[in-house]
Amino acid sequence: MGSQGGWGQSKEFLDLVKSIGEARSKAEEDRIILREIETLKRRIAEPDVPRRKMKEYLIRLVYVEMLGHDASFGYIHAVKMTHDDSLLLKRTGYLAVTLFLNEDHDLIILIVNTIQKDLRSDNYLVVCAALTAVCKLINEETIPAVLPQVVELLGHSKEAVRKKAVLALHRFYQRAPNSVSHLISNFRKRLCDNDPGVMGATLCPLFDLIKEDINSYKDLVVSFVSILKQVAERRLPKTYDYHQMPAPFIQIKLLKILALLGGGDKQASGHMYTVLGDIFRKVEASSNIGNAVLYECICCVSSIYPSPKLLETAVDATSRFLKSDSHNLKYMGIDALGRLIKINPDIAEEHQLAVIDCLEDPDDTLKRKTFELLYKMTKSSNVEVIVDRMIDYMISINDNHYKTEIASRCVELAEQFAPSNQWFIQTMNKVFEHAGDLVNVRVAHNLMRLIAEGFGEDDEGADSQLRSSAVDSYLHILGEPKLPSVFLQVICWVLGEYGTADGKYSASYILGKLCDVAEAHSTDDTVKAYTTSAIMKICAFEIAVGRKVELLPECQSLIDELSASHSTDLQQRAYELQALLGLDSQAVESVMPLDASCEDIEQIDKNLSFLDSFVIQSIEKGARPYIPENERSGMFNIGNFRSQYQHEASSHSLRFEAYELPKPSPPPTVAQVALPLPTTDLVQMPEQTYPRETHQAANLPSATHASSADFGVKLRLEGVQRKWGRPTYSSPSASSSSSTQKTANGATHLDGGGTASSQTRDSFYDSRRQQAEVSAEKQKLAASLFGASTVKSEKRQPSAHKTPKGISTSTEKPAVKGAISSSEPPKEKTLPSSPPPDLLDLGEPTPASIPSVDPFKQLEGLLGPTSAPSAIDHSSAAGPKAPDLMALYADAPPAGVSSGSLNPALADMYTVNKNSHETANVAAVKKGPNLQDSLQKDATARQVGVTPTGNNPNLFSDLLG
Amino acid sequence: MGIRFILLVNKQGQTRLAQYYEYLTLEERRALEGEIVRKCLARTEQQCSFVEHRNYKIVYRRYASLFFLVGVDNDENELAILEFIHLLVETMDRHFGNVCELDIMFHLEKAHFMLEEMVVNGCIVETSKTNILAPIQLMDRAS
Repeated sequence: MGSQGGWGQSKEFLDLVKSIGEARSKAEEDRIILREIETLKRRIAEPDVPRRKMKEYLIRLVYVEMLGHDASFGYIHAVKMTHDDSLLLKRTGYLAVTLFLNEDHDLIILIVNTIQKDLRSDNYLVVCAALTAVCKLINEETIPAVLPQVVELLGHSKEAVRKKAVLALHRFYQRAPNSVSHLISNFRKRLCDNDPGVMGATLCPLFDLIKEDINSYKDLVVSFVSILKQVAERRLPKTYDYHQMPAPFIQIKLLKILALLGGGDKQASGHMYTVLGDIFRKVEASSNIGNAVLYECICCVSSIYPSPKLLETAVDATSRFLKSDSHNLKYMGIDALGRLIKINPDIAEEHQLAVIDCLEDPDDTLKRKTFELLYKMTKSSNVEVIVDRMIDYMISINDNHYKTEIASRCVELAEQFAPSNQWFIQTMNKVFEHAGDLVNVRVAHNLMRLIAEGFGEDDEGADSQLRSSAVDSYLHILGEPKLPSVFLQVICWVLGEYGTADGKYSASYILGKLCDVAEAHSTDDTVKAYTTSAIMKICAFEIAVGRKVELLPECQSLIDELSASHSTDLQQRAYELQALLGLDSQAVESVMPLDASCEDIEQIDKNLSFLDSFVIQSIEKGARPYIPENERSGMFNIGNFRSQYQHEASSHSLRFEAYELPKPSPPPTVAQVALPLPTTDLVQMPEQTYPRETHQAANLPSATHASSADFGVKLRLEGVQRKWGRPTYSSPSASSSSSTQKTANGATHLDGGGTASSQTRDSFYDSRRQQAEVSAEKQKLAASLFGASTVKSEKRQPSAHKTPKGISTSTEKPAVKGAISSSEPPKEKTLPSSPPPDLLDLGEPTPASIPSVDPFKQLEGLLGPTSAPSAIDHSSAAGPKAPDLMALYADAPPAGVSSGSLNPALADMYTVNKNSHETANVAAVKKGPNLQDSLQKDATARQVGVTPTGNNPNLFSDLLG
Repeated sequence: MGIRFILLVNKQGQTRLAQYYEYLTLEERRALEGEIVRKCLARTEQQCSFVEHRNYKIVYRRYASLFFLVGVDNDENELAILEFIHLLVETMDRHFGNVCELDIMFHLEKAHFMLEEMVVNGCIVETSKTNILAPIQLMDRAS
């Protein structure tokens, strides 16, 4: 078929496609489409449009939507087209509908009927078209309408129909697992379908099922292994081959399933070792697809119960990936390494230089993947280098999504492995400064708590040193023009608590700074609240030691401004501050004790007994006594809660629905005393419509959640006073500087053990800068990342004694030296295998990196005599193989519903292809000598952007342009 | 889920085919296509064929003027997806014979039919070219 379109396409359509193809800008394309929309709107509404014409209109509508414009005016015609008798038109109709509508669209209901009819059709292609549509259009509600038919089609004589029926069922499972929970066994049955296409498709739902519930499918391990074995032995039809690999996509899916099933299960994993070893051996690492299978094998090996032999092979394969020149393979290698180090962290050390190359690669994708690896291998000895690198990278990127991720990783690592509190605070400062708006508020609270609590040891000196260094750094940072709100909150809080603690800065200096902050961020209420509280604390500390506080004019005007603020919170803080300024020193000290943010507040009088006299006075003056809410004239009686609502609605009295039940606390006692109680006293609401509306809205949830509402009320009954008393005390406002943070923040573990002072680090960087030679730098980095043991011991010593700079530089040297010596051997190793360009080196260097093909031989020994011949001679093994396989089946334990029937079926279903398999082998042998040539071709083809099909070098040669 | 969407985009960034396996509104599609096409087209031949974008990855491959972009979940085997793209191209090639951008444009529905056979529910379900093309050829013959 030429590129000029087939028969039956009108000139109009050809012109449209051409003009879209030739459009040179998005604007031009939009103009064409807008014109097209006008044309289509007219044409499509004409009476008696011929059906073929209508099909073309639909395709044009698909174009309209694909290019980003609304084509909803034509949806109904797509729906109509699905009724058509002609298969092509029907399928086009279904296609258009699936592209236009999501499963919850109103028009779907019109299609369900057509689908039902088509599922009954004699023409299996019509059935297939309907099943394809089912996978896209049926939602949870309409599943029952087609489910029985779909189940029936699982036994259809045509394999294409069975396959689609399995997939439709898979779709139902994805949408609403409960709707098909009784039909799960069908997937097991279809796994032994004698058509490999059906079997391959069934792997998809099984994968999902196994992911949810691994243990229920352990019995299938043997079946999966034997299927994989047969696939790898080329027992599937040749049409499944892809670039000489037998059904690689099915192999990959099977490997994924095995990885799930074998996780932490020694017995299940034991079944897999042989076949995994076979695949490792057979895969041709010169093709992309071979590497894809290889990678999946590595994933599988690293997730199942470890086998030392297989791990060794996996590590070899990974190192080949890492040493490759192809960025894609390096990427896969880094990923694989990340999986393998979970089993054995030492594996990474051998590849340190490769990893650092990837880290410094200009390719962003590779860099990120490497950061992911570093994140996985962080420990207290290398946390400083890794987090520094991460922060540098974080600063350099603009992608907010990734910035958030890497920032939270930095925080996580710093919290987990921080060598010193000072380093932690500095790191946090950097994270906040550059990604403050993206990190979780929790992180800010953790930081404040850390500064307040200090080391957790009883070393007050170190704690206050830490605090003054924090204050110093914050006063410095405040000079920066733009700071994130969360960070400012931390800064204000710390300045308020500790700004004047060491006497280095005067109160008025700190107050001035705080006022500047409030002024500069006049739109951020939270920051202003924090500054006000900080000002209050500074003033309180001053008053407490007997000094007179002279408020700066800007400070006074700030307070005045806040007292009139729209935010009640700010107002309250301002008034509290003013009230505090009027108190004497003793009162102030008990209200705002110095450095008491970590003290627990005790002796809270939850009964507010100190108000008793006030209450008695009020009652004497004629106020009504307080009646607990639940006792109030049965209004809140739980029993008839719902009937109460209805009653209320009819009487139009109080709008109770405005006061949601679970909400805490009516206002405190004083207000309660004055609260008018009997609802009947109230005047009828003037606007009657409003309560009715709200009531209806409120009635629905109350009806459905009656039980939960009841529960809420019950809670209330038990301890009303405590309930409404609490919020006043536990309010998280920072002004109270209460200890609530302590409990709220959860426990963070700080590793105080690895203490390396930041001085050592600084000097380390200084010396690094002097080094002009790149490779030395890299090695150093490698040493700091990987050479854990040597560097660690070197670092610890100086930091423990807090040695001055001079000494620490000298101690750094042996560390570097050690690193060089430790990283030298792998480098030498890589040298011989590096020269061959492109993908070629994947095939070549095997002998270089693996000393003669030994590991495989060892594996063979492991496999025993039965499978050994298959490894050595392929074609001759095909004969004796079959009985062998049968024996394997016989050994298999009966696997629930399926495997009894499965095994014989599997055994004979692929033997038909044995002949073709043999010829395939011959072909493969013939190809042998040409391997080099074809690889060369591959490489050149790759450079021009065309990918290797070999038989089709002109692929795309006649493309546009 | 695996595969979330498959996009064919030419080197000017114009969409030539779009198939989504999870529902996105028109505006969302427009925004997504704009973002990722910009990202992928800016990359060089030497760089990885994979790009991370939000919480998923895009695997892409270029054939002359056409880019094939496949959005996948994070736990998908990227190399396999890369080869899946090639399998798709080989399949189109077998059907159209030296397939080119215009073939896909003139026979958009055919290209979609092939995809419908190969990917269902976001999973690769059929990889035999014969099986993929059989219904399409039968349909051609019937009409």
